[in-house]
Amino acid sequence: MPSLSYHRPSSITEAVQMAHDDPDAKLLAGGQSIIPSLKLGLLAPSAFIDLGGLADLRGVRLAGRSLRIGAMSSHAEVANSADVRKHLPALAHLASGIGDRQVRNRGTIGGSLANNDPAADYPGAVLGLGAELRTDRRAIPADSFFQGLFATALGPDEIITAVEFPLPERAAYVKFPQPASRFALVGVFVSLTGKSVRVAVTGAGACVFRVPELEQALARGFSPESLAGITMPADALNTDLHGSAEYRAHLIPVLTRRAVAQALA
Amino acid sequence: MSTARAPLIGQPVERKEDYRFVTGTGQYTDDIVLPRQAYAAFVRSPHAHANLLSLDTTAARGAAGVLGVYTGKDLANVGGVPCGWLIHSTDGTPMKEPKHPILAEDKVRHVGDPIALIVAESVRAAKSAAALIDVEYDALPAAVNPATAAASGTAVHDIAPDNICFTWAVGDKAAVDSAFAGAAHVTRLSLINNRLIPNAIEPRAANAQYSPANDSYTLYVTSQNPHVERLLMAAFVLGIPEHKLRVVAPDVGGGFGSKIYLYAEEAALVWASRRVGRPIKWTAERSESFLTDAHGRDHVTTAELALDADGKFLALRVDTIANMGAYLSTFAPCIPTILHATLLAGQYSTPHIHCQVRAVFTNTTPVDAYRGAGRPEATYLLERIVERAARELAIDPPELRRRNFIRKFPYATPVGLTYDTGDYEATLSRALELADVPGFPARKAQSERRGLLRGIGYSCYIEACGIAPSSIAGALGARAGLFEAGEVRVHPTGKVTVFTGSHSHGQGHETTFAQVVADKFGLALQDVQIEHGDTAKVLFGMGTYGSRSLAVGGSAIVKAADKILAKGRRIAAHLLEASDEDIEFRDGTFRVKGTDRSKTFAEIALAAYVPHHYPIEQLEPGLNENAFYDPPNFTFPAGSYVCEVELDPQTGAARIDRFTACDDFGNVVNPMIVEGQVHGGLAQGIGQALLEGCRYDEQSGQLLTGSLLDYTLPRADDLPGFLVETVKGTPCEHNPLGVKGCGEAGAIGSPPAVINALLDALAPYGVRELEMPATPFRIWRALAAARGTR
Repeated sequence: MPSLSYHRPSSITEAVQMAHDDPDAKLLAGGQSIIPSLKLGLLAPSAFIDLGGLADLRGVRLAGRSLRIGAMSSHAEVANSADVRKHLPALAHLASGIGDRQVRNRGTIGGSLANNDPAADYPGAVLGLGAELRTDRRAIPADSFFQGLFATALGPDEIITAVEFPLPERAAYVKFPQPASRFALVGVFVSLTGKSVRVAVTGAGACVFRVPELEQALARGFSPESLAGITMPADALNTDLHGSAEYRAHLIPVLTRRAVAQALA
Repeated sequence: MSTARAPLIGQPVERKEDYRFVTGTGQYTDDIVLPRQAYAAFVRSPHAHANLLSLDTTAARGAAGVLGVYTGKDLANVGGVPCGWLIHSTDGTPMKEPKHPILAEDKVRHVGDPIALIVAESVRAAKSAAALIDVEYDALPAAVNPATAAASGTAVHDIAPDNICFTWAVGDKAAVDSAFAGAAHVTRLSLINNRLIPNAIEPRAANAQYSPANDSYTLYVTSQNPHVERLLMAAFVLGIPEHKLRVVAPDVGGGFGSKIYLYAEEAALVWASRRVGRPIKWTAERSESFLTDAHGRDHVTTAELALDADGKFLALRVDTIANMGAYLSTFAPCIPTILHATLLAGQYSTPHIHCQVRAVFTNTTPVDAYRGAGRPEATYLLERIVERAARELAIDPPELRRRNFIRKFPYATPVGLTYDTGDYEATLSRALELADVPGFPARKAQSERRGLLRGIGYSCYIEACGIAPSSIAGALGARAGLFEAGEVRVHPTGKVTVFTGSHSHGQGHETTFAQVVADKFGLALQDVQIEHGDTAKVLFGMGTYGSRSLAVGGSAIVKAADKILAKGRRIAAHLLEASDEDIEFRDGTFRVKGTDRSKTFAEIALAAYVPHHYPIEQLEPGLNENAFYDPPNFTFPAGSYVCEVELDPQTGAARIDRFTACDDFGNVVNPMIVEGQVHGGLAQGIGQALLEGCRYDEQSGQLLTGSLLDYTLPRADDLPGFLVETVKGTPCEHNPLGVKGCGEAGAIGSPPAVINALLDALAPYGVRELEMPATPFRIWRALAAARGTR
């Protein structure tokens, strides 16, 4: 591993300042992607700015019809939170299926979203629920946050502080794992909030995306049967050792049907 | 200790070695830190095939903490990594045996081929310096796919312009051809036996030290056979006198074959330890393990089975291309030949068999023995084609097997082996019973109600363990003996240390072997200590592979123990004033037959070391015996496996619902350890069938499955609870313990059972073929293709 400096700021303002002062520094949340990248020589930052000391970034809070989850909350905290399990069980289920026990105890929701891995689970929930990302300076709606392969709307020194999830009537996440890594080969998050239906797909493309055809069909009737006969084009979907674009395209409506059935169960 | 006790043999005794393993007090190679320890890193080729134009090490030599930088030029006078098995082609010419340099000389031949060794004060300094080495490559086209390597137009080695290492065959071709000409039915099958990457939990490691005080070397290394490692390194690579090299294989965390071989890194470290004057340690990173541990399997095969109108097998014809990789690993040529083609009779009385094997070089990691080694390849093709024939002829698959079982022993197969004993009907009928085959239709109907498909598949395997005897192995090309050595040292207090030339890297020798010796002498288990893995302690050894440890290594120990008892009898006769013939040994006591005059084992041991009243004119003092055991034949474990799968036609995801394994291992010393071995073998066999597949880019020769993110090792939740039973079987008739070996059975028998079950589930859709690993994607694609063509 290369040499690098390590900073542990005690306030968000200080963290932002540090990031601003050193453009080659990297923010360190749970480290579950960045540390392996560093060890493999894929990254050589000048410094880590460890957000682990910022208590303001932790915790789950229920506020009216939404759940606010601090960016530094670990996957295990989200999975085990009584509020999440009660009000947004689909999200608790999603968090409980990320990586393995070690990853869930270290990895954070903010770190996962800022990284925007194309096969990560959380982007599916954030886009599939129409959540809002809070940063040190603004609120960013999910629909404009995810911009492409490992790309987001975040500025270079901008820090996610929390994610605000609206509470849906119905929601579910179904993941079909890539056999080796067990990241999502395809993961589908569906939600029904009022009359609005969202279907977000992760793992299948360069970045999480919504599927309007499926959403429209489900808006006409939120049931698996509404999706009968709908097929997806394979264009722009991923092809790798574990599945072709056609396979992923095939899985999207299959998993969506299952997610809807689960949401109704 | 003179009181009778129940025998330990046959008891599920808890493993003595587990205390240190589960409490973290094992001592692995990487745990060993020697005074003035230095560390190594290797620079490796990023190309599958390239000429080395230039290599500039100047900057690396000057880097902080660097103690030495070495390249192929420095090792010009050192031998290459030797091959331990010589195969001759059918035309009588010896196999093409290119030099395998320790560090690449003028060419690199696979991604990961080592080019330079850097020795430094720390791993970090060595790796930093490695990045400073400037290599200029002239990249060449790569031969990657074994099926097309011969016609690829690029030669991995100049001495094999068509990349063919040898073309070998066994069996009577004319007899096979004429049997096919008169056959009522012929079943044909083409398949690939997928390449596997071993992935022992402990990566390969070595720590080499030169001592100027007595001009000798010590190598700590992750090896399954330290004496063979020493012999090869001393005699063929470095020219060190054998008695000046000590090889220690301490606790080793799994091998599965991959740690049998002599590897270039180990030789480089020993060589450099003298140049640097410091002990040098290297531990592979997981990515290095993927690129450089010898891989397994990798056959491209066509097979044809001729049957008569009653379903009797008339003849089997097999043509295999076996991938050797870029160089010949230690036992590579033996695997697709002696350990594959000779197993093609399986459990059946097929009268005529012919198998041709073409071994090819490719620009990939060398391929050698991996759990099962050749026998899984034979079993997979045989049990697949038998099941396909059953489907084509509409005969129940177990019934077709029964019609062809060998029922009289000894049985000489048409491919060179003679089975001593077996009872294939016994394992098959018990397996069918345990698997509740009659309940299958009801379970299938239940699956269908949930929208799922269910299939059942069978496999009846034979294995040949403990390659033997040495004379036959030699005639077949072995460049080593295949005996085993043991030593039994009885201490003056009657406690016993046993030294074995076999090696435990998970098998549980310290328990199983102690059970055998404790029973032999009537001792408690804790009075017997098993030592292995150190050439300075153990007289000699051929190591552990091919499920040989107990059958061959255990037999050597029994022989030595018998010598101890024979001598003890003579000492007892003297002390008890009786004739040798009147002394019997029972329950730990030597006694004069028909009297109450006796001496305990411990009293005799003491008398041997304190020979005050001792037949010193006739007998040496002391109680220590060696034995070498060269088995007269292989052993032949066999069994029947039944697999039931459930699969989701919408996603292609398959799940093994139940797996039944019924094995005949002859006598069993420790049923718990045997069950554990079967579980491990099944996990690896099911891994091959459903999950594990090494893939290279066909053009560039880059390893696409170079990490655990893309290479799927089985996890606990990929596997069902296994139903495992060892029948009270047919003891091996030619070794003193009657044991056959159990380490590889699971990996040999399970892949065809799994694929047969999947094909049974998919048969209604018209799917006839499925490649391993049968991933969800592949199953879905097979279904989609079948739907499209119907």
